[in-house]
Amino acid sequence: MTIPQLSIFIENRSGTLIKVLDALKEANIQIIASTIADTAEYGIYRLICSEPMRAYEELKKANVAVALSDVFAIEIDDKPGRAAEAVKVFSEAGISITYLYSFLLRGKGILIFRTDDGEKAISVINANHLKSIDESALTQWA
Amino acid sequence: MYSQFFEPELESMSREQIEALQLERLKKTVRHCMNNEFYRKKFAEAGITPDDIKSLADVRRLPFTTKQDLRETYPFGMSCVPMKDCVRLHSSSGTTGNPTVILHTKKDLDEWANQVARNLWMVGLRPDDVFQNSSGYGMFTGGLGFQYGAEKLGMLTVPAAAGNSLRQIKFIKDFGTTAIHAVPSYVTRLYEVMKEEGVDPRRDTKLKVLAIGAEPHSEEQRKRIEDMMGVKAYNSFGMSEMCGPGVGFECPEQNGMHFWEDYYIVEIVDPDTLEPVPDGEIGELVLTTLCREAMPLLRYRTRDLTRVLGRSCPCGRNHVRIDRMKGRSDDMMVLRGVNIFPIQIEKILMQFSELANNYLITLTTDEENDNMTVEVELAQPTDDYKQLQTLEKEIRRRLKDEILLTPIVKLVPLGSLPVSEGKAVRVIDKRKVYS
Repeated sequence: MTIPQLSIFIENRSGTLIKVLDALKEANIQIIASTIADTAEYGIYRLICSEPMRAYEELKKANVAVALSDVFAIEIDDKPGRAAEAVKVFSEAGISITYLYSFLLRGKGILIFRTDDGEKAISVINANHLKSIDESALTQWA
Repeated sequence: MYSQFFEPELESMSREQIEALQLERLKKTVRHCMNNEFYRKKFAEAGITPDDIKSLADVRRLPFTTKQDLRETYPFGMSCVPMKDCVRLHSSSGTTGNPTVILHTKKDLDEWANQVARNLWMVGLRPDDVFQNSSGYGMFTGGLGFQYGAEKLGMLTVPAAAGNSLRQIKFIKDFGTTAIHAVPSYVTRLYEVMKEEGVDPRRDTKLKVLAIGAEPHSEEQRKRIEDMMGVKAYNSFGMSEMCGPGVGFECPEQNGMHFWEDYYIVEIVDPDTLEPVPDGEIGELVLTTLCREAMPLLRYRTRDLTRVLGRSCPCGRNHVRIDRMKGRSDDMMVLRGVNIFPIQIEKILMQFSELANNYLITLTTDEENDNMTVEVELAQPTDDYKQLQTLEKEIRRRLKDEILLTPIVKLVPLGSLPVSEGKAVRVIDKRKVYS
């Protein structure tokens, strides 16, 4: 139902992002998708990668401020309107999406998101037969 | 025709006369201290009696006193007179523990006013001047201190207090104010409002003198203020432990502040060895009061760093000239007139479990104001922005409650602040006020 995501707290200063990317490169970790949200002072760099647990440990070793959290990953057809349909079921259930990013993988769209009510979101996913992806899929992606 | 001095005999004494008077008054002060338990104990520990003071150099045999002594004897433990003889009390805010209390007899207040009157006279103010005191009143000694001094000189004195700039400007124009006392940052503020209101201080006011103090400021800042207002700005030194303002003030030469040596013995010592440093070298300012009745202070460590510039002056006063303050021998910061210790900030930050132990305080100046930025490391990274923003807001709020001004709070990742060998560097002062 959910997959592990790494959240890295970085300062808005040159050199901070490359420190993270270098550590992942050294550990031979593949980044599958990533996004940065920023404020004036700092950003949260969120990423989905191969071997998230190992990536987490390697980043900690490199003194990177990293947190592991679970996010939803939904697979949709790569066609206009599919994202709208997927998101609509959550909004109709009164669930807010806190953040969302997406990427294409082998001809399929993948939506990564977090909601303000995880449990309710799970039942919505099940009831609407949305195709969610779990951790085992990550190794295949990479 | 007025004299150039408020008290010609005392102000124009030769060095020999000053030192003879100091010795006489020091002997009297030390004897007077024997009325107080705290001092009797201190003298016993140091193995001295009042009879041991035979020359002025013997002042160095006396024990030092500190702010800590004032805290430990709070509130009245360092008084040398019966309480019925005390007529005024001033107290510090006590943000880092017990406040400090300074008691005054009627004579103490009169001597205090006298010092302020000398200062204002020295920079050309006379009884026909109008003095507006735009300084906080109440416990802050810059209010009543200048009020009584200006009245003693004989000026029409306007207790305008701080703030309400529009009203201040109206007073300046309507009352024909010729002199203002304020903290330097407030003068700048006043000028900004004058500009907005289309008031030109040169054209529309009778201002001729500014007295600025209570806030560290650089020579550049003073020049900027003088250029803005079109008048001379004179640096004033005071501290509540020594009454308040009055202790030292610049003469028209603007080459150091004259400290009134008939009122104080001025020593500059190495803050580590506590040995005297030669004239011209920077050390900690140590003051001994020579005329105080209620609370004489012997060798009080001010924690201010400065140096002796000279002991003569073209103005005709041989009272020692002391440079503007160069810094502190402790870690106290003075920001917008508020005294702040890093430990106060640390105390608050450490109450947040979300935060790690490392923090850095940076002081900067923009065009008008001194600002404080507190960077602190986040112990646990998070995926939640709202949580970070709430945390920042809460830190800001709690810091404001503690230090009375709102700092900029920056959360930074764990391990991103510089780690120093040994004693951590907690404060970076970029204000250049001590240049």
